[in-house]
Amino acid sequence: MAPKLAVSRREFVKDAGGLLIGFSLADSAVLPRVLAAASPESIAAPSPSRLDSWLRIDKEGIVHVFTGKPEIGMGVSTAYAQIVAEELDVPVDRVVLVMADTATTTNQGGVGGSTSIMLGSKPLRNAAANARYMLTQLASRRLGVPVEQLDVTDGIVSVKGSAKGDATKSVSYAELASAGDLNDALKVSGDGFSLNVVGEGKPKDPSEYTVVGRPVPREDLPPKILGHFKYVTDVRVLGMLHGRVIRPSGVGAAFVSLDDSSAKAIPAYVKTVVKGNFVGVVAENEWAAIQAAKAVKVTWTAPQRAFPEQKDLYAYMRSAQVKASKETLRRGDSAAALTSAAKKVEASYEFPFQSHATMGPGCAVADVHTDGITTVWSGGQKPHDLQKGFAELLRVPIDTVRVIWAEDAGSYGRPGFEDAAADAVLLSEAAGKPVRVQWMREDMTAWGTKGPAVLCDLSAALDAQGEATAVEFTSRAFSGGETHFRPGDAGNYLGAQLTGIPNTSGVDEFAQWGVESPPYVFQNVLATAHVIPAFHDSASPLRTTHLRDPEGPATSFAVESFMDEIAAAAGADPIEFRLKHLTEPRAKAVLAAAAQKAGWDTRTSPKKGASSSGDVATGRGIGLSTRNGTYVATVAEVEVNRKTGAVRVTRFVCAHDCGLIINPEALRTTIEANLIQSLGRSLKEEVTFDRSNVTSMDWVTYPVARASDVPDRVEVVLINHPELPSSGAGEPSSRATAAAIANAVFDATGARVRQAPLTPARVKAALDGVRSL
Amino acid sequence: MSVASLKVNGRVHKVDVDPKCPLLYVLRDNLELNNPRFGCGVGQCGACTVLVDNHAVRSCQLTVASAVGKEIVTLEGLENAGKPHPVQAAFIAEQTFQCGYCLNGWVMTTKALLDRNPSPSDVEMRNAFESLVCRCGSHVGIFAAVRRASESAKRSA
Repeated sequence: MAPKLAVSRREFVKDAGGLLIGFSLADSAVLPRVLAAASPESIAAPSPSRLDSWLRIDKEGIVHVFTGKPEIGMGVSTAYAQIVAEELDVPVDRVVLVMADTATTTNQGGVGGSTSIMLGSKPLRNAAANARYMLTQLASRRLGVPVEQLDVTDGIVSVKGSAKGDATKSVSYAELASAGDLNDALKVSGDGFSLNVVGEGKPKDPSEYTVVGRPVPREDLPPKILGHFKYVTDVRVLGMLHGRVIRPSGVGAAFVSLDDSSAKAIPAYVKTVVKGNFVGVVAENEWAAIQAAKAVKVTWTAPQRAFPEQKDLYAYMRSAQVKASKETLRRGDSAAALTSAAKKVEASYEFPFQSHATMGPGCAVADVHTDGITTVWSGGQKPHDLQKGFAELLRVPIDTVRVIWAEDAGSYGRPGFEDAAADAVLLSEAAGKPVRVQWMREDMTAWGTKGPAVLCDLSAALDAQGEATAVEFTSRAFSGGETHFRPGDAGNYLGAQLTGIPNTSGVDEFAQWGVESPPYVFQNVLATAHVIPAFHDSASPLRTTHLRDPEGPATSFAVESFMDEIAAAAGADPIEFRLKHLTEPRAKAVLAAAAQKAGWDTRTSPKKGASSSGDVATGRGIGLSTRNGTYVATVAEVEVNRKTGAVRVTRFVCAHDCGLIINPEALRTTIEANLIQSLGRSLKEEVTFDRSNVTSMDWVTYPVARASDVPDRVEVVLINHPELPSSGAGEPSSRATAAAIANAVFDATGARVRQAPLTPARVKAALDGVRSL
Repeated sequence: MSVASLKVNGRVHKVDVDPKCPLLYVLRDNLELNNPRFGCGVGQCGACTVLVDNHAVRSCQLTVASAVGKEIVTLEGLENAGKPHPVQAAFIAEQTFQCGYCLNGWVMTTKALLDRNPSPSDVEMRNAFESLVCRCGSHVGIFAAVRRASESAKRSA
């Protein structure tokens, strides 16, 4: 059978009127994705063992690539296009991607763990290499010359040395693909993130690369900047209603009654849906839905006082009964070393609950047919898990549910887009019509999932010569997975929990040192992690899950601040101290590269004159982070206002090594954005709450980095290792920022701030502590 | 409900809506102009920015009634005969943005800023942008694009 597109243009046009009127056929930027969305032959997931599940070449020579991975704003779609173009020898702009539609793409586990390039690109590279192998075999037969005598340029296979354009000596991929069967079975291994395929065609050696490694402009940016791009917020389905949710008055509050008499006066109001404690409204237009959600008066039982006073959070965490414990590192006898130490250093570090607070609140469209095919459009980064979860929520077979990913605003983990989609599913089921839900700001910031609060205690032993001989690390933290980061069951979703479905899939995820953290070498080490129970087991606005680099920023803040504290106690320069306790060449290399670019002045911290009384003090700090094969060293230079405690970062230098670089420009901008986002998390972001509710509701009560916070200089040093496989880049450069800044504040002033974010009040208190000594 | 006449991107549209409805929802839901985006609904982020008589305005805070009789321009209206506006060209050249959901606010605010002040200082630029949010943190590229657009405006002046 000849390879062909999932749908013909005729089939698409036939369906377009009824299904996706918001998209324009003339819009080439979205056309491939819409083609996949509109009308597949079947909604059953394609088999990964077939080549055409990964890649098809149409009669115009366009290479259509199908991947279960979505693009969440870091340029992975362009990187994939480069990888496929490289293996096939076609121009990169002839490659178009169909991403993360459960009916047309394989289940690659969605996005997560900075693995989209590291693992997710492997089957694409291998499928493309196999396609090239098969196409050149076909060409060999067609042209009557051995494969070794063929060249491929821009999708044209030609006899080496033949005149360009000689039709008897060349044949295009498009001609070959329409004549031959490209569906030799691929060998499949692994699943989820690790899903891989191999065929007879082998990928190129990286030394031959001409497209991979080039700063190819991101394919998604021009349509976005020109205003042609369609996000999930722009999906329109014929007959679609608009929904809004009404959340309980606080954690644990139960629905008693409602009065929608005022809502009934709103033209276009349709109805209020109540299912247990889940309440939502539907209306014929968005404004009516917003007004109705305000107009419906719901009576709730009194909420539970499930949370401590915010000021008591860390004391609560210290005294809470531990739920699970794990030893992550043990070497030598740290207890003995600490007992016999000439000098001990001890410190505790506190990191708050933080919010994904995506730019757009979660949005989704659901068209539920429990006796037919249900379709859900969502920006959640794991669509195949959503498919499973929504099937369970609707109590229908999984192969009757199709989830089509369409880009939403960022993601940064499991932000709540999944919950918004479940809300749309519940409202569509109740209304019997397609429903679009977009959360209001407070639904996202207050009721969205959170990154966990983390408390870390560290101690170190120094011997009589000032050598650090032991380090102990103990964390006490809320799990990083009270809400499982894979949203694959009904109890995972906030709305479902409100209907009474229990959350049974949460996991104990530890804030740990020793796994994916800098490989410091000390003679004696002990690292232990404890998880404390969730405040409330269902529908809590303080429920935790993955937020960009799950526990990395919190544990790195502790460990990398503490390395500086030991260095200061040992009278050593912070970078030299780290180098002395490292053996891994790549970890040492990023430190050296950052130091060189920053013009690092080797000396101890705090700097001379740090305790003087001028209004503005300046200093520099370092942080090192490693994550799953990626090495990052970040230098922060700061100004500290001694009067107000305000910290301003004036410069970042970040050295970054993630193995083979696919696209240096997209990588650089991703690192820059990680630095700025994590700067906001270091200086400003802290979820606030009272005894029953999250009180961070919006951009005023949950401030993030703004224009005035942006350093004057942000410099990224990329270290490329073409001889090594690519590792992840989506998260590692967000890890060390808080420690680099805290270390710079210490360097500038001698004041050590051990609680994030470094707000002016906390810095001022630390400064006053220094002055009062 | 009442019929309002709105001039958007040079075309007059008659819409039958609640006059108190914020312009944002009318642009999105009645006119299917997607780029004014819902970010907060309370004027704190700028994702919904449109130009009203060439001033950057938050369309979530402006009622339809008060938009009548004004020249409204959305991101869709910046391209001229298929050619990107120089501000858009500068953002494309700098490969600015991660997810891009916020970019409507930055691009429209940049246009309004440069139309009034073609060579903003660093402080003026930061001041003009302080009320905008980019959650991904693409500010480095945003500033580079504004400087590039400012340079190109100077060259063509």
